[in-house]
Amino acid sequence: MPEHKTLAATGNSVVAEAMRQCHPNVMAAYPITPQTTIVEEFAGFVAKGKTDCEYVTVESEHSAMSACIGASAAGARVMTATSSQGLALMWEELHIAAGMRLPIVMANANRALSAPINIHCDHSDIMGARDTGWVTYFAETAQEAYDNTIMAVRVAEHPDVMLPTMTTLDGFITTHSIDRVSVMDDATVAGFVGEYHPKNALLDIESPVLHGAFAGLGGPFFEFKKQQRVAMENARQIIKDVAEEYSALSGRPFDVVETWGMEDAEVAVVVIGSTAGNVRHVARDLRAKGQKVGVVKIRVWRPFPYAELAAALKGLKAVAVLDRAESFGAEGGPLFLETRSALYDAAERVPVVGYIYGLGGSDVKLELLERVYQDLSDIAAGAAAPSGLVYLGAREEA
Amino acid sequence: MANLKELTHREDRLAGGHRLCAGCGASIAVRQVLLGAGEDPVVVGCATGCLEVSTTIYPYSSWKTPFIHNAFENSAATISGVEAAFNGLKRAGKIDPDKKVRFVAFGGDGGTYDIGLQALSGAMERGHDMVYVCYDNGAYMNTGIQRSSATPKGAWATTAEVGAAQAGKKQRRKDLTQIIAAHGVPYVAQASVSHWKDLTDKAEKAFNTPGAAFLNVFAPCPRGWRIPSSATIDIAKAAVQTGFWPLYEVEDGVCRQTVKVHNRKPVEEFLKPQGRFKHLFAPGNEALLAEIQADVDRNWDALMARCVTE
Repeated sequence: MPEHKTLAATGNSVVAEAMRQCHPNVMAAYPITPQTTIVEEFAGFVAKGKTDCEYVTVESEHSAMSACIGASAAGARVMTATSSQGLALMWEELHIAAGMRLPIVMANANRALSAPINIHCDHSDIMGARDTGWVTYFAETAQEAYDNTIMAVRVAEHPDVMLPTMTTLDGFITTHSIDRVSVMDDATVAGFVGEYHPKNALLDIESPVLHGAFAGLGGPFFEFKKQQRVAMENARQIIKDVAEEYSALSGRPFDVVETWGMEDAEVAVVVIGSTAGNVRHVARDLRAKGQKVGVVKIRVWRPFPYAELAAALKGLKAVAVLDRAESFGAEGGPLFLETRSALYDAAERVPVVGYIYGLGGSDVKLELLERVYQDLSDIAAGAAAPSGLVYLGAREEA
Repeated sequence: MANLKELTHREDRLAGGHRLCAGCGASIAVRQVLLGAGEDPVVVGCATGCLEVSTTIYPYSSWKTPFIHNAFENSAATISGVEAAFNGLKRAGKIDPDKKVRFVAFGGDGGTYDIGLQALSGAMERGHDMVYVCYDNGAYMNTGIQRSSATPKGAWATTAEVGAAQAGKKQRRKDLTQIIAAHGVPYVAQASVSHWKDLTDKAEKAFNTPGAAFLNVFAPCPRGWRIPSSATIDIAKAAVQTGFWPLYEVEDGVCRQTVKVHNRKPVEEFLKPQGRFKHLFAPGNEALLAEIQADVDRNWDALMARCVTE
């Protein structure tokens, strides 16, 4: 039976703890705010002999992911963590890690991208990586960050997936706030993730293999990409299977789309990351006043849960989508675009309003979220939906 | 150090049939360097470039040893990751602690002097037990002979053209060997495909040095240098004999010339046979030629001042 221990800990601290418990053979990482406390805590484990992991203190995030790729191809279980500009600097390597089908696990502390420089939370960094081929989890809380990190190892290394996997948590809000977190004992986590048995490892010297071949014009490049698509599709079910097994140990439920109040809701807010808690808080107050409001939280971003989201939003009178990232020139933020796409096949048309909020850590005040629900109630009552994208709470004369 | 007879018994780890040009210096450099690894298994990393694209065309491989290509600028970082995995897996009890494996990263001068300099510097500073080998042909040959920071002053390149307003590359080349020596790594050497014994000896030393080692190997490119494919070794030899490419090593900080040049020849003997320097010999460019000679002389004197006398 697993032993559970309740801690008061930051998101970063429990991500570092989860990583240690999953026994990586190599961590290659470079410090960037607000990821730093993950790599600092992990360095502490190394110094105290609490892990036998080889810790490579690289000179950039590009080299961090490059070294992770080398180590993973060599046959090691490999982890790293980054944020913002660091994730952007890795961009080339993110594609390569996925294309080479290497099950690297990385934590990302979601943070704004320059310019102007800003170290606080938004999802510009991670949304910029959405097409790189990584399975991607979002955490609302430190607890979810811990759980997602452990599950990520199993999903990434599953023979039918073999894709790098990101476990993301919101910069400062989740990375640095102290939260109540239940962690499991080392043996339970080690037993759950199991040993990694790599195929085609570089260090299997007796059977030499080549990683990173040239597949140019007329080569099988196109077919390799199709295989990546199949692997990402396979991940849909494997994420659920792994979560079911994990929930049996942790006692905590998991779904790729987690709902609140959706049994009889007439309107709902779709949200991803830490803001889900604020939205639920507002929805609870509105429910107490008799309003039929709901919350839909996306916990797995890639592969995107289209069917689950469409089912959750079926028959609603109005839906708001909160995006903490821009997609300049598009009709809305990344989550808005996915949500609208998910609803395209719905028999009845559901009005969807896109909101951009909280860029660069801009405060998500409860009255702003109340305003979103007010908009939805108005639309449900027959008012016209706001035309175009709403910049929630942006100062007019900024 | 192995003699020629012993070397002939060692397995060639780069198979024939690859798609590199006839006379390519890179493949000669690779084969000689890998001979230096002796019987130990070697994992090879390679930067994007001629060597990589010509030896790894799916589903074929010219490498009779484990090989990884990642991207252009990160051959050093990638192999440092492989070496880290080796250490981590040993500690985890998944690899025999007595097992010996060599790690080598190859890159051209573009992938080493320019875009890969940071990753190389990082890997050298961290002291991974690896050898980094730059095959220096003085330009971005794979993309079509664009200038790099290793391109010699005055050389024609497709991004350092020759015309009424400009006589090829304006700047001096970067001295990468000294830059890596300044990292204080235990073994750094400059070698040439023209001096096979010197090169295989240096490779053997580099592989046997615990920690990071760096080899900068002069590797002519017939296509880019506008020389016949039969002239590779002669041109490389001329580079050594004119002092354009001195052969030396820096072992634990001690600099030593490994091939003496008693009567250093004028640099013209290296430049003149190459089409990429043809314009330097047209009337009006005498001053530039003199400048190139003065640069060679100054670099030579500086190196000799650093080298121990035996």
